[in-house]
Amino acid sequence: MRLLIAAIALCAAGFAVSAAPIHRTGQVADAVIMADVMPRKLAEFGFFTDASGWQPNRGVRLYRLNSPLFSDYAEKYRYIYIPEGQQAVADEKGVVQFPVGSALIKSFGYKIDGKDRLLETRVMLHRKGGWIALPYVWNADQTEATLKVAGTRIPVRFTDPSNVVRDISYAVPNKNQCKECHSLSGAVEPIGPKLRNLSPDTLDMLTDNDMLKTPVEDHPAIPDYMDDGMPLESRARAYLDINCAHCHNRQGSASNSGLFLTYEEQSPVQLGIGKRPVAAGRGSGGFSFAIAPGQPDESIMLYRLKSLEPGVAMPEVGRSLVHQEGAALLSEWIAAMDSK
Amino acid sequence: MIRTLMAVSALCFSMPVLAKTISVEAGADAQERLQEALILAEPGDVVTLGAGTFELTDGLSLDVDRVTVRGAGMDQTILSFAGQLGAGEGLLVTSDDVVLRDFAVEDSKGDGIKSKGADRIVYHAVRVEWTGGPKASNGAYGIYPVEASDILVQDSVVRGASDAGIYVGQSKNIIVRRNTAIENVAGIEIENSYDAEVTENLLNKNTGGILVFDLPNLPQMGGHNVLVARNAIIDNNTANFAPEGNIVAGVPAGTGVMVMANRNVHVTDNAMINNGTTNVMVVAYTQKFDDPKYDPTPRDVYIADNIYGRTGYAPDFDGGAQLAAAFGGALPAIIYDELGRGLIVSDEVPVLGLGLTKVGQPVSEAKPSLYKNSLENAAPLQPVVLPAVMEERLK
Repeated sequence: MRLLIAAIALCAAGFAVSAAPIHRTGQVADAVIMADVMPRKLAEFGFFTDASGWQPNRGVRLYRLNSPLFSDYAEKYRYIYIPEGQQAVADEKGVVQFPVGSALIKSFGYKIDGKDRLLETRVMLHRKGGWIALPYVWNADQTEATLKVAGTRIPVRFTDPSNVVRDISYAVPNKNQCKECHSLSGAVEPIGPKLRNLSPDTLDMLTDNDMLKTPVEDHPAIPDYMDDGMPLESRARAYLDINCAHCHNRQGSASNSGLFLTYEEQSPVQLGIGKRPVAAGRGSGGFSFAIAPGQPDESIMLYRLKSLEPGVAMPEVGRSLVHQEGAALLSEWIAAMDSK
Repeated sequence: MIRTLMAVSALCFSMPVLAKTISVEAGADAQERLQEALILAEPGDVVTLGAGTFELTDGLSLDVDRVTVRGAGMDQTILSFAGQLGAGEGLLVTSDDVVLRDFAVEDSKGDGIKSKGADRIVYHAVRVEWTGGPKASNGAYGIYPVEASDILVQDSVVRGASDAGIYVGQSKNIIVRRNTAIENVAGIEIENSYDAEVTENLLNKNTGGILVFDLPNLPQMGGHNVLVARNAIIDNNTANFAPEGNIVAGVPAGTGVMVMANRNVHVTDNAMINNGTTNVMVVAYTQKFDDPKYDPTPRDVYIADNIYGRTGYAPDFDGGAQLAAAFGGALPAIIYDELGRGLIVSDEVPVLGLGLTKVGQPVSEAKPSLYKNSLENAAPLQPVVLPAVMEERLK
């Protein structure tokens, strides 16, 4: 009876979080992944064997993407967990479908004062009712990551790839913001794991470990957009696909914009070429077209990519710095377009 | 131990949950406390916001169905986004059957309140305002429902939007009633939408009062069945302050009602007074476009039983002054580019026909003449009926 009262009190407080003790056995806690709760501590999942979240547990495997999303130059560490004895399947578009019970884990951090430090770890859990995305924030001692459904901001000083020291207010997204990017027709879905965007060593790893059932040859890889040995067009389209198309697609959060930036998009106007803004407001920067061919400096896309102002800056979340390399790439791409 | 605790937690989800009230007060950590309440709310819950100013640092969002967010009044509970560091709007709603009422959103960096794909949403007595008045640096839309069915916006106040105060886009079954829109570029805009009623609103000191538009290259096009009735559309002469590039940047200051590229729009029983360009403008979309599915012309617009005050004395478009001079110093109360079909004006006021023959032709090539009023009646539009539960939620 006392237990029931405690349960009701827990519910009444509105916190649907669990308080299970830290998981310390040698394997991932499948029951925690599957249960309809929001665990308060990352450690409850048992994804890592150490308290500081660096050593993946058995079955938790590091993976890499060909083209990553820009996240304020944060270092990102991505892991896939598929329950033992199960496999992922790629659909006809090459989107990897994970079995229920799987998890995608992504830690974000910077090298600060010469040491790698984690700021947050986001988990996506594939439960019976669908995917759920939760953000966990690391403590200063790097011994524990705690659920922050409402997100938070963390002041960070780091040195970027061009050796500039940056002071930013790093934004950990709230649970809803996770969904804003990860939404497809209103449901939460993973973004990164498409066959064409998984690195060759990742594909080998998945195949070698029997984690993936589909032959991978049918899906030509998209390039690493930073690889200037690859054609400009496909690098630019890869950049748009991974940085923009999670919202800018027909089922995404920006469906109403009519600007669709997936790798498959064929229509020049839906890609933004000669397309007038719909709901950009001051995000237009006074320009008339998302992409003005031949004129990157008069293209709304570049204006918003280079802006840091909320209400103007794109993407809307997850960025407090300009991605100079990305802006340079898209600028080169637009400049090369025939302007007639 | 683990097992019991997990069972307990699971209970929280599986037990029939009684609707509860979650109270959030202004004060320190308002961002985290309010956002957490909006995330942890369960269907049926009411999140009440205390009186006072909530100083927010990021956008807020709600993604739980059947939640009511209720403040202590649009002048008592203020969500201030003056210090906002991120997100494209103040408050974003992405769930169904939500009621937003009795609070204000001030100075958001992007849009004020956006609801996307949020069916059966009710906005009641909310205020969205950019407190510095009309500025190009203000956010685009105040109240911004988009891609949804069944929308009710009433008794709300919007001021300072650099695009539209109340903007309904790509939606169906819409009532916008008894609102006040002041000093926006567009007071109220219905865009790419079907079955809308815009009634009993006050539009004052906007650039244009009410716009009914359709634009190309969007998932939902072919806007039609829009009633604009019993509105007071007065003194909408604020210089256009929309950032260039946006379609509303082309709306002349002094426009009462503008119907562009829509079908079956009725403008009836309004009082349109002191709008310097014209009281009603019926036109085609003029920009170049590449979209075979898009019809840029205005069709079956019906204008009847309106009250017309002074108008046309300060036309805000190229060649407008010369045109006005040709008509004795003021443009007629209604302007029609003659690019559409089926315009019926049954009011006894002069209608300026521009005599354009090609979509996209500049006004400088107009062959102006008086368009013939037909004084006949159009069949009334089907009334917009919202699910009864939406009106009940207001009680």
